Amino acid sequence: MRRLADPIARRLARCAATAAVLLLAACASVPPNAGSKPRDPFERVNRHLFAFNDKVDQYLMKPLAQGYEAVVPRAFRLCINSGFANLGEVRNAVNDILQAKPIGAATDTGRLAVNSTLGVAGCFDVATRMGLERRHEDFGLTLARWGVGTGPYVVLPVLGPSDVRDAIGLVPDAYTNPVSYVTPVRDRYIVYGVYLIDFRAELLDATRLIDQAALDRYQFTRDAYFQRRTSLQYEGNPPPLPEDDDSGDAGPRPTGTKTPPAQPSPEDRR
Amino acid sequence: MNDRLRLNQRSGWLRRAIVFAGLAAAALAAGHPASAAEPVSRAEMAPDALVQSVSSEVLEKIRNDPALHKGDVERLQKLIDEKVAPYVDFERMTRLSVGRGWRAATEEQRQALMREFRTLLVRTYSGALSRVTDHQIKMRPFKAQPADTDVVVRTQVAPSVGDPIQLDYRLEKTDAGWKIYDVNILGVSLVENFRNEFVSEINQNGVDGLIKALADRNKALASSPSKS
Repeated sequence: MRRLADPIARRLARCAATAAVLLLAACASVPPNAGSKPRDPFERVNRHLFAFNDKVDQYLMKPLAQGYEAVVPRAFRLCINSGFANLGEVRNAVNDILQAKPIGAATDTGRLAVNSTLGVAGCFDVATRMGLERRHEDFGLTLARWGVGTGPYVVLPVLGPSDVRDAIGLVPDAYTNPVSYVTPVRDRYIVYGVYLIDFRAELLDATRLIDQAALDRYQFTRDAYFQRRTSLQYEGNPPPLPEDDDSGDAGPRPTGTKTPPAQPSPEDRR
Repeated sequence: MNDRLRLNQRSGWLRRAIVFAGLAAAALAAGHPASAAEPVSRAEMAPDALVQSVSSEVLEKIRNDPALHKGDVERLQKLIDEKVAPYVDFERMTRLSVGRGWRAATEEQRQALMREFRTLLVRTYSGALSRVTDHQIKMRPFKAQPADTDVVVRTQVAPSVGDPIQLDYRLEKTDAGWKIYDVNILGVSLVENFRNEFVSEINQNGVDGLIKALADRNKALASSPSKS
């Protein structure tokens, strides 16, 4: 008891207690066939973590993000969002080099240079208006390019949906994030905090859509995650999935007449 | 390369616009009001022209109607029913989303599935549209052969500031013109995502279980339309 007199220790203890309560409160309903899908053998654990993240989101992240949207003027929010995206160009460029995409690397570097200067430290996205469109690369996609499969689906605490490959990719990505070099450490965590709120605010519309459309939010989010990552891996032109039209109905089948797919054109590959 | 493509595309538009204008003029000259000529020409439109014309019409309606602008979901649903639904093949969408279960389903079950899924889609779509403010639709390069009967039209929905959202449509040629049967947002195909959900629901609770799950979802949405 005496040790807890220290205010910081007391605050930490309170945080730990809150987290434990949240984790206990987040009892997920796990369907009986959980874990039977090849991509999601850890479904049981994942569903509990998903429910935990939901609680964190419900009581912390979402209110913060909504408050941020309500209080901070739109122009300012766009500036912050654009600024973080600009810092992300370092990660994009490094990963484009690792994936042997010289044009992509040049685009990212050009964007970083233009937006950091003309765009006032990334506040405005001047580069897009100049025809240099933003790309997205990260180390998970680099591993994919090197032939590494996704591995099973995992739900990361607080950070949300991921897979084993992409979760590993987060480590090198942290090193290419300029924010991780901010000193003193306290300021770094303030920047990370703003980044998280900005990130959550950006997702408000997407989560609203999932809340409305999904019968099972866990599954909807998981499947959308894999689809999105595959799309990013193939730069918007993923190979078509086998059409599962087992309805037995007569009528035109899409397979024969499909537009020729999948070859990423040179301008897509930038 | 990029510029040339865009230029090609633009001149393609121009050509189509001229043809369209010509058709409209001909219709007027023949004594038909332009509004009566509209559905006919839409049925004859190329898939990319159709997507552009429908999307820009809807976006413009939202921009010019203060009630829609404020996110009046009921009015938005009416707008979608009138302006978008005629160009969507809900039956095919439902069939593809239900997958294997469709064959085993009775006619009544199929009708119920279509009805509930349609309601859910329209509601979700109007929810998404209620967030639209100053967005513009931009067409991306369209590659298809004249003989194709199944195509992907790629678009971007761009706010005045900020990142554009990639929004693609799959269309199939029918006797009544081109019909949309899948929407792809940022690389996520709705049909594909719903199919995973629907198949596991059917595996657990059968077709009637899925119909009930959809109906419950719709009821929950109807009782709290502005739930965020």
